[in-house]
Amino acid sequence: MTVWQRIIIIALCILGTMLTRFLPFILFQKNTPKTVQYLGKALPPASFALLLVYCLRNVQLFSGNQGLPEFLSLGLTILMHCWKRNMLLSIFSGTVLYMLFQQGILALPF
Amino acid sequence: MLHEQQKKALKAAFPHTVPILTGFLFLGFAYGIYMHSAGLSVVYTFFMASLIYGGSLELLAVGFLLGPFAPMETLFLAIMIQLRHLFYGIAMLDKFPKKGWKHFYLIFGMCDESFSINYSTKIPEGVDPGWFMFFVTLLNQIYWVLGSCLGTLLGNVLPFSTEGIDFVMTALFAVIFLDQFLKEKNHFSSLLGLGVSILSLVIFKAEHFILPAMLGILSIFLLAKPKLERQFMEAKKS
Repeated sequence: MTVWQRIIIIALCILGTMLTRFLPFILFQKNTPKTVQYLGKALPPASFALLLVYCLRNVQLFSGNQGLPEFLSLGLTILMHCWKRNMLLSIFSGTVLYMLFQQGILALPF
Repeated sequence: MLHEQQKKALKAAFPHTVPILTGFLFLGFAYGIYMHSAGLSVVYTFFMASLIYGGSLELLAVGFLLGPFAPMETLFLAIMIQLRHLFYGIAMLDKFPKKGWKHFYLIFGMCDESFSINYSTKIPEGVDPGWFMFFVTLLNQIYWVLGSCLGTLLGNVLPFSTEGIDFVMTALFAVIFLDQFLKEKNHFSSLLGLGVSILSLVIFKAEHFILPAMLGILSIFLLAKPKLERQFMEAKKS
């Protein structure tokens, strides 16, 4: 690929991304239809759920360790958060546990 | 240099970006190493990280750059991967400043992480929401660009293993989801999002589940609009 072809490919990735980010504002900023206002309130919790599932999309439930490191680490994150309500503490405790599993420092007993 | 108001917003914004500081520096670093190993220079990394500014597409774009020149396919895939931003935009319509360069920049930099924080954080009294969201977005972008460029320049030099650190993003979204769940009176949207996304993942598999999940969520909300509209419009007013 020539440098210009590469620049075109990168420009198209930028264009695709910005289309999805700007489109709602271009279409609805001035005059927001009732349905879009409703969707604006209704969609975010569902979007957070979608993002969470997206992060876990490659977990293999039926092979390897059956996603146990992910779900145990997620469980610790949730428990810590219900207990202390400290965002940083919850996130970092879950992440450290996951890293211990991934690096074999902490082994699952089965 | 910064006005009082801006300093206050920066101070309020920074703590919310700390998980992303960790995540983006390391994930960006990993992306940078990948760019380096693909033989692409830091100039590419800099422009891709700061102008595309969307991790999963940037990783995929490395493949586009190394393969045969396929512009239409690139554009199509870029839009498909980034489609979820449409939901974010709809949610931020009345939260972002209505005009000016901050309006433009906030939309430009609206990645998953910046959206999640800007939407879900209760901005403290006396802090200007426009500047708060601006600094959240700017800091996140700096972390990402910095991590990516360092990764490309330095290659594989970290003296310790960071394997598994990408979980910081999963944990971040889990906490944001949980916070939202604990404070909302009506769990319909949270549970619907979870149910439809998991169902779509089971049916369509990891590579293709996002679009069907988005369509499913959207159509259920539109079908249930007569029943749900009043609940959602009133719940957020109070």
